[in-house]
Amino acid sequence: MGLGLSALDDAAPGADATSAITVHTLTSTARDVLEGAFPPIWVRGEVTGFKAHRNGHWYFTLRDRMAQVRAVVWSRDTRSIPATPDEGMTVSAFGALSVYPQKGEMQFLVRKLEAEGDGLWRKRFEQTRARLEADGLLAIERKRRLPAFPRVVAVVTSPDGAALHDIVAVMRRRAPSVALVVVPAAVQGDTAVKELCAAIERVGRWNRADLVIIGRGGGSREDLQAFNDERVARALAACPMPTVSAVGHEVDVTICDMVADVRAPTPSAAAETVVRDRAELDSRLGTMGQRMSRALLKRCDRAKAELQWAASALRDRLVRAAERKRARLTELGGRLNALSPLATLHRGYAVARAADGRALTSVESFAAGLRFRLVLKDGEIPARVAERL
Amino acid sequence: MSFEKQLKRLEEIVGELESDEIELDRALALFEEGVKHLRAATESLSKAEGQVKRLVERADGSFEVISPRE
Repeated sequence: MGLGLSALDDAAPGADATSAITVHTLTSTARDVLEGAFPPIWVRGEVTGFKAHRNGHWYFTLRDRMAQVRAVVWSRDTRSIPATPDEGMTVSAFGALSVYPQKGEMQFLVRKLEAEGDGLWRKRFEQTRARLEADGLLAIERKRRLPAFPRVVAVVTSPDGAALHDIVAVMRRRAPSVALVVVPAAVQGDTAVKELCAAIERVGRWNRADLVIIGRGGGSREDLQAFNDERVARALAACPMPTVSAVGHEVDVTICDMVADVRAPTPSAAAETVVRDRAELDSRLGTMGQRMSRALLKRCDRAKAELQWAASALRDRLVRAAERKRARLTELGGRLNALSPLATLHRGYAVARAADGRALTSVESFAAGLRFRLVLKDGEIPARVAERL
Repeated sequence: MSFEKQLKRLEEIVGELESDEIELDRALALFEEGVKHLRAATESLSKAEGQVKRLVERADGSFEVISPRE
């Protein structure tokens, strides 16, 4: 028969000394009653005496000014709690009230634990950050520059998510010539960490992308937790090509944001960051084409001007040379004239010339009977040697 | 030649073409080279990569990039 609290009639066990129940029956019964009376419930209190046991279970006392209760978190439930609570931390614990029969103690079996102001998540975040920092994975010198003109961009994200949709839209508009390769992974839920790590490692092994964008659209703090996971962060740090984090939550920085080479506030912003706008590049190319044409034209104009200058210089030189020659000719003419025998003739001398024009300047030249011409200033007279003395 | 190298070479060509000391022969040769790069760069910009592909790793460790509908 049952052992309800109101069932203490004469026939019930424990109604008198002879039917006394065992301690174990008492505490077990108390446990059954308590568990039946309280549905799982949230309780707020301060943590004291926290102890993480070697067997993986956590033990502590939850208390306020008026009361306290022993609390335990079983090992398997600790995994969903981001960090151990600090001494004196005010927490809200979700669980069931029970009794630990072996000790006869009431205890609160905690399944979820939250601290005020996301304290536990913050603690975990800081712990993760400290570990990554200690390993140098957050160092600014580690940041790689993104390639200026990637040809293949890999995107690690959910294939059905808003993030991918946004990235595709921006890339198609700005840089239709860039190839986009999705490496699918769940971005939230139990498998997210594993899938994200696997996808990052896969894209690294493939090694054909110029850079990797890892991201997801906006979500609650809980939804973004995979991007604060240390394993994901380490996989990202080990990625052989530059990485861009794009978690759609502008206010909070995630661990992935800190490890990635570049942080973009949203997936769209990531796409804007990694590719140059095609229109802008087109106009830049156009400008360079114009500058080239203009420079060549200018150079040709200069060549033409140089040619014209050279031609006119040449003409000037020819003219001057001709003038110099004419002057020289005139001068020579004058000097020739001064030396000319004709000038002597003008002064009243005569010259004898043989029939062939030779000047006969010596007596020896005049044989008897020789015909010759006597040249005077105003003409010639035919003559003959009558006899020789 | 990659788009980035093409753009860099074009910048160099424009810079040299605009300098005052350049020989005419050199200017003509550079211009010809520049036009070639300009054409190639414009072409690679206007090339369109169709739909988004998906990376798949086979059991033997080889990779394949497939269209999502396959």
